[in-house]
Amino acid sequence: MTLPAASIPVIPRGVRLHHDKVRNQWVLLAPERTISLDPIGHAILLEIDGTRTFETIARTLADKYDAPLDQITSDVGEYLHGLMIRRIMDVAT
Amino acid sequence: MKVPPPIAMLAELTHRCPLSCPYCSNPLDLARKEQELPTHVWADAFRQAADLGVLQLHLSGGEPAARRDLTELVAAARAAGLYTNLITSAIGLTERRLQDLDEAGLDHVQLSLQGTDAEMADYIGGYKGGFKRKMQAAEWIGELGIPLTLNTVLHRKNLHQLPQAIEMAMDMGARRIEVAIVQFHGWALKNRDSLMPTKEQADTASKIVAEARKRLEGRLVLDYVPADYHSNAPKRCMGGWGMVGLNIAPDGHVLPCHAAQTIPQLTFERIGETPLKDIWYHSAAFNAYRGDAWMQEPCRSCEFKGRDFGGCRCQAMALAGDAAATDPVCSKSPLHHKVKALVDNQDVVEDLTFRAAAAP
Ligand code: SF4
Ligand code: SF4
Repeated sequence: MTLPAASIPVIPRGVRLHHDKVRNQWVLLAPERTISLDPIGHAILLEIDGTRTFETIARTLADKYDAPLDQITSDVGEYLHGLMIRRIMDVAT
Repeated sequence: MKVPPPIAMLAELTHRCPLSCPYCSNPLDLARKEQELPTHVWADAFRQAADLGVLQLHLSGGEPAARRDLTELVAAARAAGLYTNLITSAIGLTERRLQDLDEAGLDHVQLSLQGTDAEMADYIGGYKGGFKRKMQAAEWIGELGIPLTLNTVLHRKNLHQLPQAIEMAMDMGARRIEVAIVQFHGWALKNRDSLMPTKEQADTASKIVAEARKRLEGRLVLDYVPADYHSNAPKRCMGGWGMVGLNIAPDGHVLPCHAAQTIPQLTFERIGETPLKDIWYHSAAFNAYRGDAWMQEPCRSCEFKGRDFGGCRCQAMALAGDAAATDPVCSKSPLHHKVKALVDNQDVVEDLTFRAAAAP
C-alpha cells in the first residue's frame, strides 16, 4: 500500500513526537498508544511538516540515505499507511 | 527478574462523581473529599512519574472535573512532559473550563457514554439531564479541536445500542471508540447478575466490532474489550502486574491496578511519603505478582503463563478467594464451571444497585 505522490502527510493534533529520556529513544505519543521509533521511523517523522508532499519526503530521504527512490517510496508509504489506519497520521487534501 | 520502568499512570483525582453508574470500577469504600491529595502533591507525583519513565498520564476519578484545580493539574502534567488524557463524563465541564484545559495543554479527552439516548444514559448514569449536558460538552470539545475518544461500557441493558454508539463516535468526529463489555470489579461485581450480557449479546458485539473495524478503517479506530466471563482464556491483565502501569488512588495510595485493594494481604504505600521509584521497584505490593514464582498449578507448568500471566489477580481473589490462584475464567481452572454457570444463569433480572455518592 502506498500513498498518492501529491498527498501531504500531517501529524494530527493529539499525536506528539517525544524524546523518552529514561529509555533513551524517540517515541510517538498518541491516545492510548506509545509507538517506539527506530532511527528510520524517526527520520521519516522528522520530514513531515504538514506542507511537504509524500513525493518530496520520499525524495529527500532517498537522497539523504543514498537509497533507490522506489524502494524508499514503498517503505515510507507502507510505514505512513500503517499509522494512518490507526488514526495516528492524517493526510491533508 | 529485570523490572522495566512503567509507561502509563492512572491518577484517580477524586472518587466524587455526579453520576452513579452501577458498573463503576471505583471501590465500594469511596474516598472522601478531605482525604484527597492537594494540588502540589499531585504535581510532584507527575514529575516523579515522568522521571521514572511514565509517558502517558490518565486523569480519572470519579469525575476529575469535580476537582476545582483540574486545569492546574493538567498544566503540571504537561510541564512534567506527560501525554495528558482526561477521562470524563463531561458533567461539570463548561465551555470556559474546556477552553482553559485546552490552553493548559490537554492532549486528549476520553468521553464516557452510558447510553446513546437520554432515556438510557440518564437511567444508567443515575442523573437526569446528564446526557444533554454531555452532548453539549462533546460539541464544545469538537469546536476546540481537542482529540476525542468515545468510551462506552456495554452490558445486558444497553448492549443493543452498540451500532448507534459507533455512529455517534463518527458524528462527534472522534478518532477512536473504546467498546468495553463490563468487567466485574468494584460496583459492577455487586450488579453482576443484572449486568451480565447474554451469550448472544456477547457474540453479536464481537461481530459488530469486526464489521465496523473493516468498514471504518482509517476513519475510526475501535478498541474492544470482549466479555470476560464468556471467554475460556483469561485476559492479559494490566500487561502484567507491575510491568506496564500504576494507579494512584485519591488518597495517595499507589496501586498496581485499580482493584488491587481488594486483595487483603497487600499493603500499599502512599505518594508523598515514599518515593514513587522505590514503590515501583521495591515495594512488596508491586513485587507480589511479578514474574511467575508466585504461581500455583495449573499456571505454574502451563505454556501460556508468559502470555496471560495467569489472568487477573483481583478476579482470582474475588472468585477463587485466593489472589495467587488461576483466574477462574481460564478453562483450566478447577472453578471454571462456576464462571460458566454465572454466564448461563440468564433468568435473573434484578434491579441495579447504583453507585453511592462519595461524601462531598
Ligand atoms: S463509572 Fe460512572 S460513576 Fe464511576 S467514575 Fe465513571 S462516570 Fe463516575
Ligand atoms: S492455566 Fe494459567 S497460565 Fe495457563 S492459560 Fe490458564 S490462566 Fe493462563
